[in-house]
Amino acid sequence: MRIWPIYKKELRLYFTSPVAYVVLTTFLLIAGYFFYSIFSFYVRSSMQMAMNPQMGRDLNITDSVLRPLFGNLSVILLLLLPLVSMRLFAEERRSGTIELLLTYPVRDGAVLVGKYLSALTLYGLMIAGTLVYPAVLAYFARVEWGPLLAGYLGFLLMGALFLAVGLFASSLTENQIVAALITFAVLLMLWIIGWAADFAPAPFNTILTHLSILEHNDTFAKGVLDTKDILYYVDFTVLALFLTLRSLEARRWKG
Amino acid sequence: MIEVQNLTKQYGPVTAIRDVSFAVAPGEIVGFLGPNGAGKSTTMRILSCFMPATGGSARVAGFDVFRESMEVRRRIGYLPENVPLYTDLRVAPYLDFVAEVKGVPRSARKKRVAEVMDRCLITEMQHRLIRNLSKGYRQRVGLAQAIVSDPHVLILDEPTIGLDPRQIAEIRALIKSLAGEHTVILSTHILPEVSMVCDSVVIINRGSIVAQGPIARLVEEFFPTARVEVEIVGPGPAVLEGVRAIPGVVRVEAMAGPESNGSGRFVVESARGRDVRGEIFQLAAQQRWMLLELRPVGMTLEEVFMKIVAGEEHQGTAAEPSPVDEMTQVAPEP
Repeated sequence: MRIWPIYKKELRLYFTSPVAYVVLTTFLLIAGYFFYSIFSFYVRSSMQMAMNPQMGRDLNITDSVLRPLFGNLSVILLLLLPLVSMRLFAEERRSGTIELLLTYPVRDGAVLVGKYLSALTLYGLMIAGTLVYPAVLAYFARVEWGPLLAGYLGFLLMGALFLAVGLFASSLTENQIVAALITFAVLLMLWIIGWAADFAPAPFNTILTHLSILEHNDTFAKGVLDTKDILYYVDFTVLALFLTLRSLEARRWKG
Repeated sequence: MIEVQNLTKQYGPVTAIRDVSFAVAPGEIVGFLGPNGAGKSTTMRILSCFMPATGGSARVAGFDVFRESMEVRRRIGYLPENVPLYTDLRVAPYLDFVAEVKGVPRSARKKRVAEVMDRCLITEMQHRLIRNLSKGYRQRVGLAQAIVSDPHVLILDEPTIGLDPRQIAEIRALIKSLAGEHTVILSTHILPEVSMVCDSVVIINRGSIVAQGPIARLVEEFFPTARVEVEIVGPGPAVLEGVRAIPGVVRVEAMAGPESNGSGRFVVESARGRDVRGEIFQLAAQQRWMLLELRPVGMTLEEVFMKIVAGEEHQGTAAEPSPVDEMTQVAPEP
């Protein structure tokens, strides 16, 4: 399996083109603004509550800063990650480089994994940039490290799912914008599909609820590691990657 | 090294190639000729394992391109027609990537990439982004990626398209230098190129092979006569009669004239190996005609190609005779 050279090439492409820099800058800028607003609000409310210790009993960093921050950031990721993954196959098709890539002695699976890991790496860098915020928090207040770590794990799993869906969409078209739009549409549907649960009859409402990303991403930030949630992300990720592999193989048969 | 048998490819209802069969011996350079849209690229894409055939089989280096595709891919270097490269990479890292993907061992990789860049004359461009390279340099980078793993078989689709004359000469020299150690199949529609570079040719038209073999043999096959072009000042019909009477002459064809100075041009065809130039000179001297020019005409692949392709098209639209046919009607059939 020659995953490594593919992985290296994809990372290099992210960083010799402006993609990686623009995505990192945009994400960290917006994330920083969210952190600033949420933390300022926390500071103000803790001052107010200092007058009334009774009310301040439930005030803590995890619930008042990290959970809303993670929640907001996942919405940003919903918008940004389709832009990270859209290039991976669509651009190779448009420029024709896929013709060379698929005639090199590498298996489709290796190409797929190499590309996926490179996108995950870029995502990892985006997430790593946000580690500054807990560091700042820890300077002023007591941070609960367990829920924080769980939150980041949830974040990673969610990004892995977003990117896998994006990779699949990218393998379907040679138009990057179409790939990004498909990804966004699928993810947004997954996000809000739970809304329909309120009106659906008995067995369907639980299914719909379980399908919704919204249902699974908050538990991590609360510090709860539930296998149900972990499996949700892992299942969908594996399914999307499997479909991508199929779509790659299909073009070999169809020609 | 390459064996193709009854290869057929259909895109939906359109048949791109039909029953294509040919073979290429190890170390040979074979030209794959045909007008645009004849099926050259389709054949090459199948040979390079990029797409499957609808029917028939193809073996490269002894392996089936469909069932043992990985083995084939390990042994070929492929340059697609439009030279798709990662335009956001620099030349040297790009070639290093290709070498790594193609399994050149880590220890040999740096040396191999340097060697290939040297050979393709792109060493001074190695730190440039491919995006900023001219068409000629991109073509060479494409060629470099094809040969970087030192493959047994090279499949080059239009390797000299869009280059300036000097670059074409350089690329040709490079391809020629690859003969012997590599088996090369290259497609083109530039005919002089084939005569200069290739040992033999496969001519494809409308998806079917119409001729194949060594160039010299094809020329002989399609033009069994030797030709001499003559320009004589004299009474046209009498000259035609006189030359036709020379033993060994199979056909005389008036080409142009009479000009204002009374000269006419003729093409004299004689049996191959029979030189009639002396007799023509003597005839002119006897009759006191003025001989202005006497020139043997070598038939090239270009004429063969035109004859085949024009002939095919003529068959296709049988109703009206082509200009070529009208011209030959001047002379009696041999």
